[in-house]
Amino acid sequence: MTTPPSDERPARSDRSPWNWLLLVPIVIPLVPALYNSDEPRLLGFPLFYWLQLAFIILGVTATTIVYQVGKKRSGR
Amino acid sequence: MSDHITEIVVFTILFLAVSGMGFVAARWHRPDNLASLDEWGLGGRKFGSWVTWFLVGGDLYTAYTFVAVPALLFGAGAMGFFALPYTIVMYPLVFLVLIRLWSVSHVHGMVTPADFVRARFGSPTLALLIAITGLMATMPYIALQLVGIEAVLKTMGVTGDLPLIIAFAILAAYTYQSGLRAPALIAFVKDALIYLVIIVAIIYIPARLGGWGSIFDAAKAKFDASPAPGDGIVLNPNNQLQYVTLALGSALALFLYPHSVTGVLAARSRGVVKRNMSALPAYSLLLGLIALLGYMAIAAGIKPITANGKADANTVVPLLFDKMFPDWFAGVAYAAVGIGALVPAAIMSIAAANLFTRNIYKEYIKRDATDAQEAAVSKIASLVVKIGAVLVILLIDPQFSIDLQLIGGVIILQTLPSVGLGLYTRWFHRSGLIAGWAAGMAAGVLMLYNVANPATSHAHFGGSAFPLAKLGLDTKMTIYAGFLALAVNLVVAVAGTLLARAGKVADGVDATRPSDYVADEGDPRVHEIELSGSH
Repeated sequence: MTTPPSDERPARSDRSPWNWLLLVPIVIPLVPALYNSDEPRLLGFPLFYWLQLAFIILGVTATTIVYQVGKKRSGR
Repeated sequence: MSDHITEIVVFTILFLAVSGMGFVAARWHRPDNLASLDEWGLGGRKFGSWVTWFLVGGDLYTAYTFVAVPALLFGAGAMGFFALPYTIVMYPLVFLVLIRLWSVSHVHGMVTPADFVRARFGSPTLALLIAITGLMATMPYIALQLVGIEAVLKTMGVTGDLPLIIAFAILAAYTYQSGLRAPALIAFVKDALIYLVIIVAIIYIPARLGGWGSIFDAAKAKFDASPAPGDGIVLNPNNQLQYVTLALGSALALFLYPHSVTGVLAARSRGVVKRNMSALPAYSLLLGLIALLGYMAIAAGIKPITANGKADANTVVPLLFDKMFPDWFAGVAYAAVGIGALVPAAIMSIAAANLFTRNIYKEYIKRDATDAQEAAVSKIASLVVKIGAVLVILLIDPQFSIDLQLIGGVIILQTLPSVGLGLYTRWFHRSGLIAGWAAGMAAGVLMLYNVANPATSHAHFGGSAFPLAKLGLDTKMTIYAGFLALAVNLVVAVAGTLLARAGKVADGVDATRPSDYVADEGDPRVHEIELSGSH
């Protein structure tokens, strides 16, 4: 084998301060005090439903940012 | 039956067309041969972002979900909506974990979570326990997919066991022939149909029922009038802890299921996995809207079909479609549910078969099995698993499968310290993990046994909401039993590890290296395995 053992190659790392951003969509949807109410309604949806549906955006945003930052850092 | 004839014809045509796709899937990106687990069981390990998105999505959001989650909202209200925060917190939670699993699995040619545990902790016993837990949790899940098809057939007035047997025989045949390629290809159609049905449903049905506001008002009126204390369109002080722990516990559990791991390992690179973690929440939106079908059913005055004096809440969604849609479109909607059952059932049976082959057959029966022998055993195991699932549904009360699936979620969570935490730390001692697993399993099953549900006249296994009052606490609050069992597991695992270290009990050898956990497509070691694995 001519390939060098992978230990000698520059180490790749998953560490990044941006990873902490992932905590936001993990913690927020698990705090019922934020959304456990009928009012105010939006398009007929009680707060309980529309706000939790809106939390999806939070999840998509955080994972997308962490993915994009990671991609730039590893130069690909 | 005659008034459902259009529905039955549309359903049958779509179902058969999709089954035909399952058979030709074997030719899709055809390898030299399908006779290895990498090819049959993981589709050659080279699915890109799109295929992975459909595959994992088709895998996680099952027909049972589409039928059971709205049924939960129909019956209990806000509590059933836990499925939404569950799928929102899941992806950020596992984002960094799954890419480590992907890397280490590709460096070492691992196919199942138990393979990883075997290499990481050097303990065949622990690996066997993890494999058995996976099998026990997956089997009832496969059986439950049949409950989804059954609910649709019941609504169309089709009775008897034969249609179910035929549907599963077709599924078994094409999974046998095409392996993971079959559900991957069918998942496209399944999702297209489901998106179509849901988009139509959320525009068309509320318009006929007087808008979203009146749908929620009708649900509120129903729950206000019902004598049950826990229902309502918002949570009450006693079930908030249950809501949160059930959402978090389910999110932690989902990627411990062998079939979810199968979908992830079939991805081509870490980038594909990451991109999917940010794209899969599109399904959460779908799930949240599907859940609300339960309230639409309330507003539309749907009464579930009763058989032997027991109301089958799982029929409310099919009945809603029957009442609201023209016949032909109701047929399309039923086909979406039916096909929606086939994709996860195929992936689950493949995952269960891989577990049996890698962690029981190869470990204990035939250590020098070749790639071709492994694939052959897996194909037969996948058949056995499916026949078992059909027999369970036909011979035993379907309620038994629902109970088992409930237990499945709690027990799969007990593999978290070995698999999930194991990806990050080698601190735990194998004896500690085994003791923790045993304690968590015992605690979980014991707690579920003690949950009664007066609504379904169940004295035991009545749900996953464990009343804290049973622990001597003066409260009416409930908590997800799996969550508490996991806490017991972790405490015992930590204590056991400290004891084993103090007693100088021999620990297993770690066959993985830190760099294995960040390896990616194109790295020499990742490539090496693929070459030796599939050719």
